[in-house]
Amino acid sequence: MDIFQDIVIARFNYWIYVILMMVGLHAMIVKNNLIKKLIGMSIFQAAIILFFVSVGVKDGATIPIVSHHGHAEESAETWHSVDPGHPDEGAVHDHGHHEINPDRHANPLPHVLMLTAIVVGVATLGVGLAVSQKIYREYGTLEENELLEKLRSNDG
Amino acid sequence: MDSHSLKPILACAASLLAVIPIVAFRRRPNLREASTFIAAVVKFGIVLSMLPVVLAGGTINCTVWEVLPNVSIAFRVDSFGMLFALVASSLWIVTTLYAIGYMRGLKEHSQTRFFAFFAIALSATLGVAFSANLLTMYVFYEILSLSTYPLVTHHQDREARSGGRTYLTYLLGTSVGFALPAMIYCYTRTGGDMAFSGAGALAGQVEPGVAGILLLLLVFGFSKGGLMPFHSWLPGAMVAPTPVSALLHAVAVVKVGVFCIFRVFTGVFGVGFLQEIGVANIISFVAAFTVVVSSLIALSQDSLKRRLAFSTIGQLAYITLGVSLLAPKGVTGSQMHIAMHAFGKITLFFCAGAIFEATGKKYISEMVGLGKRMPLTMAAFTIGAMSVVGLPLAGGLLSKFYLVMGTVEARQFGMTAVYLLSSLLNACYFFPIVFNAFFRKPENPDFKEVKEAHPCCVAALCVTAVCSVLLFFCPDPFFSLASLTTENSFAPIVGD
Amino acid sequence: MADHAPAILLIAPLFAAILVSLAGIRRPARRRIPAAPSDEPTIGGKPFESSEFPQFKEDKVCFMLTLAALTVSLVAALTMLGQVIEGGAIRYFVGNWSAPLGIGIELRVDHINALVLVMISTVALLAAFYSHHRVEEETSGRTSQYYTMFLLCAMGLMGMTVTGDAFNLYVLLEVAALSGYALVAMGDKRASVAAFNYIIIGTIGASFYLLGVGYLYIKTGSLNMIGIREIIAEQGLAESKTIQVAFILILVGVFIKMAFFPLYAWLPNAYTHAPSTSACLMAPLVTKVSIYIMVRMMLTVFGPSFAFDAIGWGDAVVLLAAIGIIASSLIALAQTELKKMLCFLVVAEVGYMVGGAWLANHHGMVGAIYHILSDGLMTLCMFLGASILLFKTRQTSISGLVDLYRKMPLTMAAFTLGMLSMIGVPPTCGFFSKYFLIRGGIEAGQWLYVVALLFSSLVNAILFFRIIEKAFFGELPAAETGHGHAAQGHHKDEASVIDEAPLSMVAPLAIAAVGLLFIGLNTREIVTVIEQTLNVLALTGGGG
Repeated sequence: MDIFQDIVIARFNYWIYVILMMVGLHAMIVKNNLIKKLIGMSIFQAAIILFFVSVGVKDGATIPIVSHHGHAEESAETWHSVDPGHPDEGAVHDHGHHEINPDRHANPLPHVLMLTAIVVGVATLGVGLAVSQKIYREYGTLEENELLEKLRSNDG
Repeated sequence: MDSHSLKPILACAASLLAVIPIVAFRRRPNLREASTFIAAVVKFGIVLSMLPVVLAGGTINCTVWEVLPNVSIAFRVDSFGMLFALVASSLWIVTTLYAIGYMRGLKEHSQTRFFAFFAIALSATLGVAFSANLLTMYVFYEILSLSTYPLVTHHQDREARSGGRTYLTYLLGTSVGFALPAMIYCYTRTGGDMAFSGAGALAGQVEPGVAGILLLLLVFGFSKGGLMPFHSWLPGAMVAPTPVSALLHAVAVVKVGVFCIFRVFTGVFGVGFLQEIGVANIISFVAAFTVVVSSLIALSQDSLKRRLAFSTIGQLAYITLGVSLLAPKGVTGSQMHIAMHAFGKITLFFCAGAIFEATGKKYISEMVGLGKRMPLTMAAFTIGAMSVVGLPLAGGLLSKFYLVMGTVEARQFGMTAVYLLSSLLNACYFFPIVFNAFFRKPENPDFKEVKEAHPCCVAALCVTAVCSVLLFFCPDPFFSLASLTTENSFAPIVGD
Repeated sequence: MADHAPAILLIAPLFAAILVSLAGIRRPARRRIPAAPSDEPTIGGKPFESSEFPQFKEDKVCFMLTLAALTVSLVAALTMLGQVIEGGAIRYFVGNWSAPLGIGIELRVDHINALVLVMISTVALLAAFYSHHRVEEETSGRTSQYYTMFLLCAMGLMGMTVTGDAFNLYVLLEVAALSGYALVAMGDKRASVAAFNYIIIGTIGASFYLLGVGYLYIKTGSLNMIGIREIIAEQGLAESKTIQVAFILILVGVFIKMAFFPLYAWLPNAYTHAPSTSACLMAPLVTKVSIYIMVRMMLTVFGPSFAFDAIGWGDAVVLLAAIGIIASSLIALAQTELKKMLCFLVVAEVGYMVGGAWLANHHGMVGAIYHILSDGLMTLCMFLGASILLFKTRQTSISGLVDLYRKMPLTMAAFTLGMLSMIGVPPTCGFFSKYFLIRGGIEAGQWLYVVALLFSSLVNAILFFRIIEKAFFGELPAAETGHGHAAQGHHKDEASVIDEAPLSMVAPLAIAAVGLLFIGLNTREIVTVIEQTLNVLALTGGGG
């Protein structure tokens, strides 16, 4: 049971992202409808985003907002290296007269990164939808098998 | 003894620069041909001006461009390169004369392209002759293959296309497939220095087994030397206009092939190293096989140019065989044969072209009674044939004599027999043509109106025929140059 | 100014993209399908004159802005190359956030990517120049949108090369990819399908990369490339499974992005059906930049000793590269369409570089990096030439390229030079990259890889001489016998049949072709520069 606990329970966030990723990948590769493929792509990207976000989480930590003026940036610097794998690395740094304990705040950097990744994902989805619209206008279908047939008959 | 000078570059560039006026004067044939002619004379002049230094035992060095760290494109004029450069550049002048007559006589198309690529090919030839290291030699070898492609396929018809295909398939296929990896392997082993030297750049650097494979790869890689089984490009290339066949496929291109093989033996491996490991015998056997078989095939050819092509394959194998025996006299003989065979064979090709230009005949069986109508041409043909067969009063005898002496020196009496047998076969395939032309009756009725070819053609073939005879009486400077090379190649062994 | 060259390099095309898209706003959107090729041959090199698509003043502005921005980038890249050669690698912290542990975004220029940047900006500039004549027709009048995407794609590619931050690289990778999808989708009818597949596969590739970065971050807590390497070295993380998984995920990601052998399916269709102008930008750059990313990951982020020893993939990757070279050469041999054939050759060339990089010795790595430069220019030359020929002859198949040496001597001369470089004829740069790669292969004892390189050279020779033959001999009469002087009949006076493409299309091709010789002849200088960085990393095998 120890092994089970180590591999599954302690890392359940990994398992969720892996399962979601596989769902997305399956949809992207196997589904016949182009829109379903795009949905798969979104799930795939969302899985990775969830993975990143889960990395920043710490037990019993709150949102990383520091109330003292002028120290937000420096504290961000300190926190970035804190992560579940290396709790000891996030040693308490002394910033002048304010003492901040990083253990009490979630790591904000992965979240910030994921804001960008979400934007990228939305943009990709947008381009994908635009292109599938164009395909529909040109071929009158969004089913891959029908599409391939039309392409083949065009060649012949 | 070693001097530095820009002359090798100039000699090489002279014909390359001539491309500009040739293309610029494409609407004015006289000026165009004049510029070719001037370039040829200038080139020969530059080569000649380097002769005294080389004859005195010196070399002329010149680094053109260091393309890779420690690996450069460099020229080094030594006695062997000089010998070949002399042959190629002097015969270019004559060929230009001939080409003007031939191309105008037949009103060929795209003459500008023809002369331009001819000039480029000559630059590449001299580049090979003067190359100081393996990379330089390879670079110019490839340029020569490609620049002669438009010449070989000049007629742009179906036959030319298939001939061109064979030509490139064999030449590029072998050079990329065999020579290139072998060359790079050599550089890997020596750490970046493959300059030719008397002792051999690779000597002692590789194990005998590897050396054997490298030797085979390099010799077959430079398949312009026409060694069987990579010889079929040469008969294929006979679709080219005759001046191309004459200069390129009797002198420049094929001799570049044997030149490279010779350099591989003497400069890359070194005679002493090859004697130690004894792999050269394989090449000897292949060459001997080529000599005999190509002579037999030549016997059965009715097209005059194809017969000459197979004869060339045989004669090239003479040269390869001579050097592969690794005996001083044989090495001298091979070099002499490069020169002697060049003058003899170019005469024969000039005659074949002149006959075609005057009569439109390509087949030997149709040439009955031609001697009366074209006496000068057929007389020159006879001299050329004598030289190739190796009869007295023509230069070919001297080189053959040395080649045979080489076999004796190396105690390879089987090879002596090969040389003698093949000379006999040479006689068998050349003299029936002469006999037909002069003595057989009745004369071919087509020849009633036939006169000698364009005067330029006749002049050119007479010059080369006379040269062939002169070389018998006065083989210098070729003989001195060849002896010098032999001395340098064998010096490291004697020194031990 | 010169200190900010790394930023200017990216800012110039980025701002220009914004301006270009603003310039297009005023113009009414026109949706029209290009007219079918007219039967009349185009006259005087001015095809599709204004009557078809009236030239808007804005289009001119867009074009000039694009050229200006890319010229600025080129100057910035050259400046950086000069700085790097003189003073070693540059670290530039965007916004001066010089946080060593990786909050600020770092742009890092070493000797290798300085060269790659010069190549990218040159290729982009030449492709932009070429596009001038073709954009109107090929994108159905969406000039300003096209140039916006063009600039963003170029910016993304340059950014991927210059950035020193692993996550930033992902963002720029997506910028380049997203604009690339749009560039492809603007092509002919089939282009949208090709673009869709490209989106799906490209996203998978990028996501794998992102995932790999996530693992790296978990273990090292840094996103800065140099920071990551230092942490791996300091904490002895080379044995860590997490780091190894990260490396594998990143590799798989870039393998998909660069169309490495079994993962190449998206590439041929995308580049064949894309507008020729897009293909000229993307075919030379996208794969090459992805390969550079791989090299960067191997050398800068993980370090050569980790890359070659920790996961022991070297032999397998080289084997795959060799198989890929042979297979895609063979597939290329079976193609009848010129552009498709070139696409498969691009896939084969990817095998050259990946194989070379994974030989794990000095010459292999030098060859791979040198080939990134030379192949970028070579591919540009091939695609430009092919596009011009196909544009003038209105054909897509090789068999239609008849008698072109006479009609378009300049184009064919430049195209021939490119083909010779692809075959590997000295003194073009194609020869020297093969020299290094084969030498590396011999030193590493990877004989299959050496054979694959030689085989591919020979196949290239066959492929290209097929084209040269067609172009040189023209259409041969069906039944011709004997020593056909009959062929002379249709050889008219040379001047009367010359029918070149407009100068703005031929000039970039000619420059690219001359560039091939230039790179070839300056191999020593380039290699010396590459070695500056390689020697620091102390790759085994030593300098030659």
